[in-house]
Amino acid sequence: MEWTRILINVAGEVFAPATAAYALAAIGLNIHFGMTGLINMGQAGFMLMGAYGFAIATMNGWPVWAAVAAGMAAAAVFAVILGIPTLSLRGDYLAIVTIAAAEIARYTVRSSSLTSITGGNAGIAGNDFKGSFQQLCPLPEGSWSLGPFQYSNCLSNSWWLRIVGWGLVAIGIVLVWRWMKSPWGRVLKGIREDEDAVRSLGKNVYGYKMQALVLGGLFGALGGMIYVLPSAVQADALGRTLTFNVWTILLLGGAATVFGPVLGSILMWTVLMFIKSTLRDMPGGVFSSTQAEAFSWVLVGVTLMLLVIFRPQGILGDRKEVMLDGR
Amino acid sequence: MAAEDLATPRDRIAKDLEAVPRRPGSAKPDAIIVADHVTRRFGGMTAVDVHHLEIQRGAITALIGPNGAGKTTLFNLLTGFDRPNSGEWSFDGRPLSQLSAAKVARAGMVRTFQLTKALSRMTVMENMRLGATDQGGERLVPSLFPPLWRHREKEITEQAEELLARFKLDTKRDDFAGSLSGGQRKLLEMARALMTKPSTVMLDEPMAGVNPALTQSLLGHIQDLRDEGMTVLFVEHDMHMVRHISDWVVVMAEGRVVAEGPPTTIMQDEAVVDAYLGAHHDTDLGDDSLLGDDVLDELEAEAEAQEHRTQEDA
Ligand SMILES: Nc1ncnc2c1ncn2[C@@H]1O[C@H](COP(=O)(O)OP(=O)(O)OP(=O)(O)O)[C@@H](O)[C@H]1O
Ligand SMILES: [Mg+2]
Repeated sequence: MEWTRILINVAGEVFAPATAAYALAAIGLNIHFGMTGLINMGQAGFMLMGAYGFAIATMNGWPVWAAVAAGMAAAAVFAVILGIPTLSLRGDYLAIVTIAAAEIARYTVRSSSLTSITGGNAGIAGNDFKGSFQQLCPLPEGSWSLGPFQYSNCLSNSWWLRIVGWGLVAIGIVLVWRWMKSPWGRVLKGIREDEDAVRSLGKNVYGYKMQALVLGGLFGALGGMIYVLPSAVQADALGRTLTFNVWTILLLGGAATVFGPVLGSILMWTVLMFIKSTLRDMPGGVFSSTQAEAFSWVLVGVTLMLLVIFRPQGILGDRKEVMLDGR
Repeated sequence: MAAEDLATPRDRIAKDLEAVPRRPGSAKPDAIIVADHVTRRFGGMTAVDVHHLEIQRGAITALIGPNGAGKTTLFNLLTGFDRPNSGEWSFDGRPLSQLSAAKVARAGMVRTFQLTKALSRMTVMENMRLGATDQGGERLVPSLFPPLWRHREKEITEQAEELLARFKLDTKRDDFAGSLSGGQRKLLEMARALMTKPSTVMLDEPMAGVNPALTQSLLGHIQDLRDEGMTVLFVEHDMHMVRHISDWVVVMAEGRVVAEGPPTTIMQDEAVVDAYLGAHHDTDLGDDSLLGDDVLDELEAEAEAQEHRTQEDA
C-alpha cells in the first residue's frame, strides 16, 4: 500500500470544493434544524435551485453576480412556496413536503420536455456555464502546487474555486455565529423548543420560521453552486443521497453548533476517502474500486447509527443539552 | 388618616363589584374583556358555550369549574390559540376575536399554560429575555449588529433579574429551564409572561405543583400585580386560594358559565354545588378509587357550601 498517496488523497479532501459545498449546505440545514427545529428533508432541492438557477442564468448571458442572485432567488421562492402551506402545521408536514418537493424539482429539471433549458437528463455541461466564473479569477493562468497538491489556478476544480468556496463558508460561519448569539437567534431557539410558548409571548412564529427556511435555503443554494462548479450540473447528482449526506454531516459535527457543519463535512469526506483508498489498495485486490466505494458508504451508514446512539449531540454538541430533551 | 386612604385596592374593587348582580353573564362597571356567544365544539361535544361574559378591569377574577368544564378551552379561544365556531369578544374596547395568538399577546393579554411550557434547552435567563418586548435585535438584519440592541438587552436583563428575584429563581439564572422542577417551571412561566409587561394576565392553574410555602408568596405576587393595576384572570381548583385572593369568581360547567359572584358567597350557589357534585350524585362514594384529590375537593366544596347555608339559615 502506498500510504503517502493515500494520505495525500485524504488531506486533499480537507479543502476540496465539494467539502466546502457540503459545509455550506450543512450550514443552511443547521439554520433550519439546529437553530429553529425545522426538519427539512429536501436540502438537495435548495442546492438544485441554486445550481440550475446559476447555470441557466449564466448560459443566457447573465453576469456572475446576477446569475448567483438568480440561483439564490430560485431557492428563496422554493422556500416560500414550501413554507406557506406547511409552517403553520406541525413539524412533520414540512419534512414530508420538502422531501417530495425536492424530488419533484429533480424530476422536473431532468424531464426531456425541458431539455432546451435544463439539458434534461444529460444536465448542463461544465463548459456551458463555468466561463464567466472562471473569467473573474484574479490568479494568473496555469496551475500552482502547494506541496503535493497541484490544481489549475482558475479552471474547473481550481484554486480559485477553493478560495471562493471556503470564503463563503467563512462568511457563513461568522454570520451564523452572530445570529446564534443574537436576540433573533434566541427567538428561533425558543421556537425550536416550543413554538406555542413563543407565540404566547407575542412573537410572530410563522414569520420567523419563514425567515429561517429561506435563509437556510440560500446557504443551500450557494452550496449547490460550489458543488457543480468543479464539474457539471446533473439532476441526479442533486437527489436524496445529497440530502442524506448533508444530514449526516450536520449530525456528525453537531447540530446547533457554529463549527459543526464544517467539521462534519471535513471529517466525513476525509474518512470516506481514507476508507476508499485503503480498501482499493489492499494487497491481492480483495476489493474492486466499485466495491470499495460501496463498502465505504456502508460504513458511513453504520457510523451514523453509532453516532445517533452514542453521541446524539454530535462531536461539538453539548451532551447536557441533548439529554434534557428526554424529560 | 381618613378612612378612604385605608381602603386597600381589594376593598375598592369589592365596592365596585358590590352592585353587580350575582348571575351568569352580569355586566361589570368597568369591563376589560367582553365576550358574546362564544362556542367551540369538538366533534359532537360542545366544550365552550358562553353567552355573555365580562371581566372587570384591574380585578382578580377566578375561573373555576370541574374538570372538563371548558376553562382551558375558553382561555385558548380568548388568547387566539384556538378558533371558535362562533362568537366574538373584545379586549379593552378592541375586537380581538380574529387576531392571532401573537397579536393578542402584543395587545397586552398574556397567558400561561396548564401544562407548563418552559423552553427546556434554554437557560432560565434566556427564557426570561425571550419574553421582553421592543428588542430590535429580534429582527434578522439588525441582529447582526450588537451595538444596535446591546443597550436594550441590558435593560431587559435588569428587568429579568428583578422578576427572577421576586419569584425566587435568581439562583437558577444560568441553569437550563429543563433542569427545573415542575413548580419552578410554573414560576418561570409566570415570570416570563410578566416580561411582556401585560395589562392582563391569564394564568391556567398557576399554583398546581407549587409547594405551599411558595404558594403563599405567589399569591402575594398575584395580589401585587392587581395592586399595580393589572387585570388577572386565573383558573384554580383550590377553593382556599380562590377565596384568599380573588375579587370575583366565575363558575363554568359543561362549557357554560353557570354562576358568578364574590368569592365569599359563590359556593352557596345552587348551580355551583350542582356543577361540582352533579356528576357524583349517583356514584358510589365508598369506592376508594374515587377518593382522588378532585373528588375530595368537590366534597370539601359541598361541605363548605352546606356550612354557609346552615349559617345563613341560623
Ligand atoms: N383538542 C381537543 N379535541 C377534542 N376535545 C377537546 C380538545 N380540547 C378540549 N377538549 C374537550 O373539551 C372539554 C373541555 O376541556 P378543557 O381542557 O377546556 O377543560 P378544563 O375546564 O380546562 O378542565 P381541567 O380543569 O381538567 O383543566 C373536555 O371535555 C375535553 O375533552
Ligand atoms: Mg384546564
